[in-house]
Amino acid sequence: MAATGEAVLEVRGLTRLYGAGCPDCLVLTGPDAGTNICPQCHAIVACNNISFDLEQGEILGIVGESGSGKSTLLRCICFDEEVTAGECYFAAFGTGRDDAFSQTGQARRYIRNHLLGIVYQNPLMGIKPHFTAGGNVAEKLLTADVYNVSLIRQRAATLLQRTEVPLARMDDFPANFSGGMQQRVQIAKALANNPPVLLLDEVSTGLDVSVQARVLDLIKEIQRDLGIAMIVVSHDLGVIRLLADRTGVMQHGQVIEFGLTDQILEDPQHRYTQLLVHSMP
Amino acid sequence: MSVNQNRKHRGYNFAFLDENTKREIRRKLLKAVAIPGYQVPFASPELPIARGWGTGGLQITMAIIGPGDVLKVIDQGCDGSVNAVNIRKLLVKTTGVATTFDTNAASIIQTRHRIPEEAMRQDQILVLQVPIPEPLRYVEASEAKTREMHGEMDYSRMWVYLYENIVQYGEITIGARYPSLVNRRYLIDPSPIPRWDVPKLNQAETLYLFGAGREKRIYAVPPHTLAEPLEFEDFRFRVEDFTGRSCIRCGATDTYMNEMYDSSSGRKLFVCSDSGYCDRRREQSVTQNLACAEPTGHPLGRVPPKAEALVAPIQERSRSYPTASKEAGALEQVVIEGKEAR
Repeated sequence: MAATGEAVLEVRGLTRLYGAGCPDCLVLTGPDAGTNICPQCHAIVACNNISFDLEQGEILGIVGESGSGKSTLLRCICFDEEVTAGECYFAAFGTGRDDAFSQTGQARRYIRNHLLGIVYQNPLMGIKPHFTAGGNVAEKLLTADVYNVSLIRQRAATLLQRTEVPLARMDDFPANFSGGMQQRVQIAKALANNPPVLLLDEVSTGLDVSVQARVLDLIKEIQRDLGIAMIVVSHDLGVIRLLADRTGVMQHGQVIEFGLTDQILEDPQHRYTQLLVHSMP
Repeated sequence: MSVNQNRKHRGYNFAFLDENTKREIRRKLLKAVAIPGYQVPFASPELPIARGWGTGGLQITMAIIGPGDVLKVIDQGCDGSVNAVNIRKLLVKTTGVATTFDTNAASIIQTRHRIPEEAMRQDQILVLQVPIPEPLRYVEASEAKTREMHGEMDYSRMWVYLYENIVQYGEITIGARYPSLVNRRYLIDPSPIPRWDVPKLNQAETLYLFGAGREKRIYAVPPHTLAEPLEFEDFRFRVEDFTGRSCIRCGATDTYMNEMYDSSSGRKLFVCSDSGYCDRRREQSVTQNLACAEPTGHPLGRVPPKAEALVAPIQERSRSYPTASKEAGALEQVVIEGKEAR
């Protein structure tokens, strides 16, 4: 849609193992083996050699069953988890050819604070319930070196308005908000410093249907207006169909199919994708 | 000043600690000076004073003091309050060094919660007693996490805390322990000094050493180092305002003052927190015969020392501490209140 063909994020060979691991882990697991647990060393291969490009302004969907490694993939990209192997390049970081995964904690925090926005499934992971709604947005701005209270408040008000959080509640604590409203505060926070890349992990799961629709509309709107590239992780093909330009399907830690969303939905090639598409309501 | 020969070391090693322990503390001090603002862990062994009563500062002083040093110990600016007296006595008993109430005459000043009013020099060292060395404790309870936050220079949560303060109260409400960024890298808790004293840390002539005995941490602000209190572009850091107030003893208007309530007249009185400085000003004004406040005793109960007292040995000087039960009671009360306010 809005994709320009310029990659803002490149991921190469991202691998994440839980456990000691052995030389054969990556070969002995995957969709063909029907498991992501290595039969030799019992390590869990959460992400197995995953590579993709995220282009300017596009929404990339990642779909798959529970435990297929999609959330781990996202958590690795935002440095919540250490990768076992792999590289990751942000166009806006360094020369654009500096591997983000091998940077120091301080440099990674810079990337996370300045170049990424993250929205977790559980809003309380992304926002602090005992900071005010405005304070949560402020936190993101402060990490990105904006040290002006009136500027921060203006920006927070704009964003909260945009995500339909009543301004009257800007100085209230999200602990007293509904789940949907917490989620919208989290999105406002993630957007605060206009990050080039936004990561969304199951944003609409657990919200009631009308709130879900509003959150999805909001994401679509943000992409259209601000041209932010996003990775949307969901187990719900409906969400992927609505949002994503391109989609990757994951099973047992591997990407088994990758392509335009329409193509994957109309003409799924892999057995598991076919099952997934056919089980859509 | 010469070593006070009247005191024996009473069987202890010089300055109480054994040489290896002192050497360990000095190594940690060197590291702390090399990485300004970084909290260096140290062993912090048991002392004859309970942890939480200035053992961090005491150990630093014990590690750096030599027979030729002149010691001053203050507690909330006052030479005569309980904590200062006990620490001074312990150090004098175990080292025999000369002590003084005069900031200018001291080579090492150990202090609790104040930096002296008079500008200190490069040949002096200020040792601060620190109850809570971790500035991020306000916003993060886990020590493991705060260490990581320091490592990554992730101070956003402290900033949000200040932001929320402004939103809620219209200004930052932290009185003492105002978080300051040292050398544009590490955030420190400058110990519970009032805001008034925080700017004295910045680009100073003097070496500031901070010791937290209970939490086993040492850190330092070396001379000529940036130490900037956190502030927003549109909400600047400011110090306590004493406009229109003056010390009832020495008439000073440019010092950090304690507020006191006179129950007989119902008035609020102000008096210099730095008793040594206040005494000196009184003396000068008396000798110069200048008009100043009526010559009353120090409201904290201490009689201002005579000029000779400043160079007299410690036994002589201890006479100037309150002995009359009424005065001592008043002193204790103030000190206890000070402790609770912490």
